[in-house]
Amino acid sequence: MQLTLWTYEGPPHIGAMRIATAMDGLHYVLHAPQGDTYADLLFTMIERRDRRPPVTYTTFQARDLGGDTAALFKSAVRDAYERFKPQALLVGASCTAELIQDDPGGLAKALDLPVPVIPVELPAYQRKENWGAAETFYRLVRAMAGPSMPAPGTTRSAQADGARPNGARPSCNILGPTALGFRHRDDVREITQLLGRLGIAVNVVAPLGATPADLARLGEADFNVVLYPEIADTAARWLERSFKQPRVTTVPIGVGATKDFIAEVQALGFAVAPEAGFDSDLRLPWYSRSIDSTYLTGKRVFIFGDATHAVAAARVASEELGFQVVGLGTYSREFARDLRAAAACYGVEPLITDDYLDVEARIAELQPELVLGTQMERHIAKRLGIGCAVISAPVHVQDFPARYAPQMGIEGANVLFDTWVHPLMMGLEEHLIGMFREDPEFGADARPSHLGHGSSPAETRSAGVPIEISPTVTDSGVRSGDEIRWAEEAEKELGKVPFFVRGKVRRNTERFARDGGLALITLETLYDAKAHFGR
Amino acid sequence: MSNSAAAVSPLTAAGCGSEGLTPEPEVLRQRGQREVFCGLTGIIWLHRKIQDAFFLVVGSRTCAHLIQSAAGVMIFAEPRFATAIIDERDLAGLADANEELDRVVDQLLARRSDIRLLFLVGSCPSEVIKLDLAKAAQRLSQRHAPGVRVLNYSGSGIETTFTQGEDACLASLVPTLPAADTAEASLLVVGALADVVEDQFSRLFDDLGVGPVGFLPPGKAKMLPPVGPTTRFLLAQPFLADTARALEERGATHLPAPFPLGAEGTSAWLRAAADAWGVEAERFDAVTAPPRQRAGRAIARYRDTLAGRNVFFFPDSQLEIPIARFLARELEMTPLEVGTPYLHRQHLAAELALLPETARLSEGQDVERQLARCRAARPDITVCGLGLANPLEAEGLTTKWSIELLFTPVQGYEQAGDLAELFARPLRRQAALAV
Repeated sequence: MQLTLWTYEGPPHIGAMRIATAMDGLHYVLHAPQGDTYADLLFTMIERRDRRPPVTYTTFQARDLGGDTAALFKSAVRDAYERFKPQALLVGASCTAELIQDDPGGLAKALDLPVPVIPVELPAYQRKENWGAAETFYRLVRAMAGPSMPAPGTTRSAQADGARPNGARPSCNILGPTALGFRHRDDVREITQLLGRLGIAVNVVAPLGATPADLARLGEADFNVVLYPEIADTAARWLERSFKQPRVTTVPIGVGATKDFIAEVQALGFAVAPEAGFDSDLRLPWYSRSIDSTYLTGKRVFIFGDATHAVAAARVASEELGFQVVGLGTYSREFARDLRAAAACYGVEPLITDDYLDVEARIAELQPELVLGTQMERHIAKRLGIGCAVISAPVHVQDFPARYAPQMGIEGANVLFDTWVHPLMMGLEEHLIGMFREDPEFGADARPSHLGHGSSPAETRSAGVPIEISPTVTDSGVRSGDEIRWAEEAEKELGKVPFFVRGKVRRNTERFARDGGLALITLETLYDAKAHFGR
Repeated sequence: MSNSAAAVSPLTAAGCGSEGLTPEPEVLRQRGQREVFCGLTGIIWLHRKIQDAFFLVVGSRTCAHLIQSAAGVMIFAEPRFATAIIDERDLAGLADANEELDRVVDQLLARRSDIRLLFLVGSCPSEVIKLDLAKAAQRLSQRHAPGVRVLNYSGSGIETTFTQGEDACLASLVPTLPAADTAEASLLVVGALADVVEDQFSRLFDDLGVGPVGFLPPGKAKMLPPVGPTTRFLLAQPFLADTARALEERGATHLPAPFPLGAEGTSAWLRAAADAWGVEAERFDAVTAPPRQRAGRAIARYRDTLAGRNVFFFPDSQLEIPIARFLARELEMTPLEVGTPYLHRQHLAAELALLPETARLSEGQDVERQLARCRAARPDITVCGLGLANPLEAEGLTTKWSIELLFTPVQGYEQAGDLAELFARPLRRQAALAV
């Protein structure tokens, strides 16, 4: 048993729902108790979908358990087929139905429906949402594309030449975008455009917007773009084995990664060189080099999310905005190795956990100036009075913007610049506060003026208490600090340091004291530490 | 499709009471997919109501995900609820589930020293694997006495629908209430109410000379109201069947009444207590007339928007019948179908008598067939859960999400206008938007 306050991922059948809901012409019959229908609102409320997810739940109750839940499941499958007439059916069980062991796959097969019935077994007490999505997508791809698998020994080029009509452009599939995905809708548009500039047509985007029939023709493409490895890696590897379709695995988040993505596509030999000026809308590099951005230098940033977005964000933060990555973590254990490798690059300790309290403790300990995370980290950052931008699922309704706001490709890079810089204090303002810190309206505890009152941590400010982000004072199981004490005078001086660097100053000073074996931090220690570490 | 009633008539269960004076209303009962929350959802308001209580769901990742998603927004304060997620080791017998639970509770109590009352909340998986939470609660109560009391109830989807979770929670509290050891009659108001509503009712009962008055649930676990044979209780919510039964077992007497929604419902509800205390009619009028008239004025503001409109209720909170009665009688709306997850005939007898006969009652749900009836009826307002609201809006139907009726103070005179406004707002918004 694990004590859990908030979860980063839902159970695996939610992952299956994200696949089913993304697609057309597919219906998912889920053996589940009443109450599990809450999952519909994830899609209708958080993502504002205008249709119910294509999911039928058996909604069994206690009185059914003594009777025949299997018969209930069979009639639900039959009714769902009659009502929705899907091209294919997914069937499976949620956590409770897994315990009663009705074998949804076998029961549905026995109905002998005239469409493919694909059972997905998702162990709910072992696995989570992203794994469930990946497994479901893989099962679907295998079931639908499997019949057109080439005979063993067939070479890829022979197939591709044969399959491609005269004059048709080379093509790829874009794999991984789902319902409820963070900016998937916009990423697909951006990457489709980018591929178009390389002379590559998109054969199928899946699962988002695809039908089961579309999955059956995945093998017609020359290669696969694995846009979201958490979702599509398993399926793409199977396609590579079965159809000899190479995988493009660079996730084009940020300027450098987008260039690498283009290079990876070109290396496959299908792409044309993009025309000059194809990236004239790319503004991140100049914005980052413009002198206004000098103040971004070395901003200490903590990054947490799914592995793909977290690793990509670390590169952008470090190489493209000039931040310092002070912490990097993920809840995606399946991709822990990738994250560990990235963390090693930045010389930080990787944080692989799905326990929200661990993440909170690490942020409180590191006292970064900016947090890039999920909606959980937004909450943590708000409590600690630190600026935050969201980079990864799980996200909430405000992270599904009406406007076009991709994370990937050229426009994606521009969006990253805007959204990550926005929570920070502006450069000149930072200087003024540093100089006139005793000004009651514009003093050390002032928030970035362009963010309005909403950015101030209400509890701490209204109480007139300086914003404390020392590990010793949080009430959330954060490990308590050491024995170092602050002299009153030094503590008072620390209070004059603007809030957005106060955490760093406190941390540096305590480290300096600890390294020097000092038990008491005096005014002298504070300034000695400042001289030692620099700004 | 146009005659939806005929299409479903074979399933209509007509139950004419043989000895009853009024014929039992016809109730449409269908079985199919139930698009409802489970009882765990009640934790979202209960954990705020009882300030030193903590709710520990013993369940799966689905349970944890449900609670954090169900409110539609995450509650970004430190929540007083959590989930002990059962994992494969517990199921495979590699770990003793009871020992694991003890460990998790120790961990929780170490982290939250402010907890005085801990509810172990059963879920679908804990029920199916027959984890005995009653026994666990006893054991843990002993272990953590006297600082922390541990109780248990089920909020599982196989046992409870949405607001039944509150019923189960309150019922679990009843045996722990202190005995009322006086001969003096007391009033107990049962059902979670907003603090402001409680205060209003307290003042009204004071002015009527009714009391002493206790509230269940209380704002603090240590303020449990006493109960005994001299206790009379009013239900403030229509979904408290088990709690009422448990109170009756403690000797308390139920005062049957309509529910305090709208001016009429509030008056009738207060009168039930006033009659039990023998309050004179003049005094009752003197106390209730000013707020009643104020409620009338507040409601009148919305009558133009709502009168003559029809409304269709999907089953959700069990508040559907009293609200339909309020909308029909005080705002001149026409309820087309009033769905409820369960129909407790005894507690709703007074409400049913006030509901227009033309309203079709339905109990339970087959959501697909109910959607077909709703589309055929094209009501002016559809009251439904969060999973259905946007899809129906996209079809051009105006909706009111029902969960808001639990998260907003709607009971009593001073909130009657607010209740009407909740229904007027979607229509006013429709009228205001030119896109």
